[in-house]
Amino acid sequence: MSEAGPATNLQGDLLKRAVTTRNDVEEIFLVPVLVVAVAIVLGGLIMLATGIAPSRIGIAFAALFTGSVGSIGALSETLTAATPVTLAALGVALAFRAGLFNIGAEGQILMGGMAATIVGFAVTGLPPLLHVTLALLAAALVGALWGALAGWLKAATGAHEVITTIMLNLISFRLVDYLLRTPPVQRAGRADPISETILPSAELPRILTAIDPNLRIHAGFLIAVVLVFAIHFLLFRTTRGFEFRAAGLNPDAARYAGMRSGLIVVIVMAIAGGLAGLAGANQILGVLDRASPGFSSNIGFDAIAVALLGRSHPVGVLFAGLLFGALEAGGRQMQVSAAVSIDLIAIIQALIIVFIAAPALVRFLFPFAFGKEARR
Amino acid sequence: MDIELRGITKRFGDVVANDDVSLTIRAGEVLGLLGENGAGKSTLMNILSGLYRPDQGEILIDGKPVRFRDAKDAIRAGIGMVHQHFMLVPVFTVTENVVLGVEPTGLFDRLDIGAARKQVRRISAEHGLEVYSDALIEEMPVGLQQRVEIIKVLFRSADVLIFDEPTAVLTPQEVNEFFAIVRSLRDAGKALVFISHKLREILAISDRISVLRAGRIVGESDPKTATEADLAEMMVGRAVRFTVERKPAAGGRPLLGVRGLTVLNENRETAVDAVDFSVGAGEIVGIAGVQGNGQTELVEALTGLRPAAAGTVSLTGTDITGLSTRQRHALGIAHIPEDRQRMGLIGAFTVAENSILDSYYEDRYAAGIALRWPEVHKAGAEIVREFDVRTPSVFALADTLSGGNQQKLIVGRELSRDVKFIIAAQPTRGVDVGSIEYIHKRIVEARDAGVGVLIVSTELDEIRALSDRILVMFRGRTVAHFDAATASVRDIGLAMAGVVPQPRAEQVA
Repeated sequence: MSEAGPATNLQGDLLKRAVTTRNDVEEIFLVPVLVVAVAIVLGGLIMLATGIAPSRIGIAFAALFTGSVGSIGALSETLTAATPVTLAALGVALAFRAGLFNIGAEGQILMGGMAATIVGFAVTGLPPLLHVTLALLAAALVGALWGALAGWLKAATGAHEVITTIMLNLISFRLVDYLLRTPPVQRAGRADPISETILPSAELPRILTAIDPNLRIHAGFLIAVVLVFAIHFLLFRTTRGFEFRAAGLNPDAARYAGMRSGLIVVIVMAIAGGLAGLAGANQILGVLDRASPGFSSNIGFDAIAVALLGRSHPVGVLFAGLLFGALEAGGRQMQVSAAVSIDLIAIIQALIIVFIAAPALVRFLFPFAFGKEARR
Repeated sequence: MDIELRGITKRFGDVVANDDVSLTIRAGEVLGLLGENGAGKSTLMNILSGLYRPDQGEILIDGKPVRFRDAKDAIRAGIGMVHQHFMLVPVFTVTENVVLGVEPTGLFDRLDIGAARKQVRRISAEHGLEVYSDALIEEMPVGLQQRVEIIKVLFRSADVLIFDEPTAVLTPQEVNEFFAIVRSLRDAGKALVFISHKLREILAISDRISVLRAGRIVGESDPKTATEADLAEMMVGRAVRFTVERKPAAGGRPLLGVRGLTVLNENRETAVDAVDFSVGAGEIVGIAGVQGNGQTELVEALTGLRPAAAGTVSLTGTDITGLSTRQRHALGIAHIPEDRQRMGLIGAFTVAENSILDSYYEDRYAAGIALRWPEVHKAGAEIVREFDVRTPSVFALADTLSGGNQQKLIVGRELSRDVKFIIAAQPTRGVDVGSIEYIHKRIVEARDAGVGVLIVSTELDEIRALSDRILVMFRGRTVAHFDAATASVRDIGLAMAGVVPQPRAEQVA
């Protein structure tokens, strides 16, 4: 506190980054780990309460483990399940960073998935690589337009994006139902809502068939990983990302600095929608091969939780997406081996979200795990 | 009730916020606690009101040592704090806010609002704290809200009242009313602590003054004999100049021209009404006026944040009325915004990021779509050093800086580019004396280098210290125009209230 003060520091000191503190480590690693631990313990207690024998609970958790990371097949399932939720969550996280609540990932997934389906079966005579690329681009574009629509409504009229994205979700549910019952999208000869099957040239190639032809993990996972780093670059390395983050943290200051808030909202929602659209394409082109009602299977809503769990950081989203993929894959095994209801996995996922939303609760439960600074 | 603090020391990590502080607070007396932002005033009072526990030292009430475990202990002991930021529920009435947490109850815990209302009325009558007990907080002006805070503290039978920067949010008129209340409380035998960095107010209201600097008591002073200069020197640790040293205006070619400018507010009412004025190169024009007379809208229209409903704005003869904020920025218009927290800074951004907040797009910081981070960090370090921003590094978050340092960062950012014209709104609001002096110096230096400056401030002292010419805004119009060298405070003050001395009322062409 002398008059000399830090301001007389040499440039070297001013440009020195603060050391990573214990607090940062706790925030980024310890809290999520403890959250998952608490959720699993509570999940066990709930199983006990529902009258499941302790021995079977043990089997169930063993199955959760082996079904998610216990074998190469399990890992493949985990990564396959992680791919779409990671992609959609990247979009949700990007929107969070820009101060927007994109609840519309589910609808954007559906719209993108339908675009991929249509390009997948209707465009013929293309070589495989070109066809799948075209289908992915169509999905990204349609998802982007669907997202941008909500962005444009906000920029032009001030309509809140939570409302508009929820409404656009509802519209997309029905629109998909309609398309699936209408030829030529509806499979010839079928009365129930189901689409034509995409051509093999539009399928996302599986990447580990050399090891075992049954491994479902496909090229979509690689696309997701690349996009994690692309979004990271966008957010933290570009002028656009600077605008997004500024607008998200303080819209008035962004306006003061001459940033165009309306344009930012539209661009962010378009990118978020495009990522969700790709998530839809991943399900169709990588896993399902055809569209049926509700093929998005709540991925768009899980994506919100994944974005939160990953603290809206692209790399965090990747890890959170992997965790959700593991719970999904392990949950299936749990159901098979221990005959534990799949609902329980849903409960554990929900518990994780509750604890993530209340980090103070974790600090309260584990006071000994945290430094003094954080508890103050 | 007398309170004595003995050898209080409080550390936060490596920072010593209070260092062996001893202080006496006596019944029937106002103790003025003076210090710059960050000197440790608030920490000390938070210790006294039970929010923090001291690392060393003790608190004695009427000679007996006491220990507060939390704020409730302190309240029970009769110590009440009126915070700078009010803690009131906007949708509750005065009475509901006052009794919140200590509600008088009847049978089966039914809230006895009638009894509560009676007590509130009794307290407000006793101390001249006139408020309507059933008024909603959100519908009350700030000055009255403060009275509610005081009643709240008295309702909890406080004998010691601590006021943390109580005048920061008040208009001059409200300050006078507030002082009357403080005196009446003192005469009723309460012990009062008045925390401020405003020298004049401390001198006007205190019976004794203690000065805190860098966590230590550096002196006590008698307001009857002390001068502002003495106190400022004690507070800052060196002699402070109150007048800005400046040469007469160079009076260059006209730079900014405003013709018939009319601007609407959010409710589509005319906020700025056909205003004409011009500012020359190397000239500082001050716009005086009571807050809310169209100054905010005028500044927003000049910086492109709000459209002009009619009229034109020109810079060096070129019409810029239709240009965006970004385009004006590129033409060399700098803007120091009125509210630094809301507009001027992004608290969760680093010092470096804030230092390029409005020029990140320029070629020196951006290569194609990518930001050139090394250049950004260097630019941040440059501003920090050049403008004496106290921060450990350019990676510190703007939130962690004190108000004065935040403002120096903004001023630095805006003045360190190649600027032609500076629009500075309330450039020193909430800033400590040392930083005010520094910011004023830099603005005058810019003027001397041929930059045109428009200062908008509700602090008449600031306008008079800096300006070459003074315009007074009243209800959206420029009602009077003064030469700063010859204008009297009285005339300007009257014009601010809408009373215009006739011969001087002619508009400036």
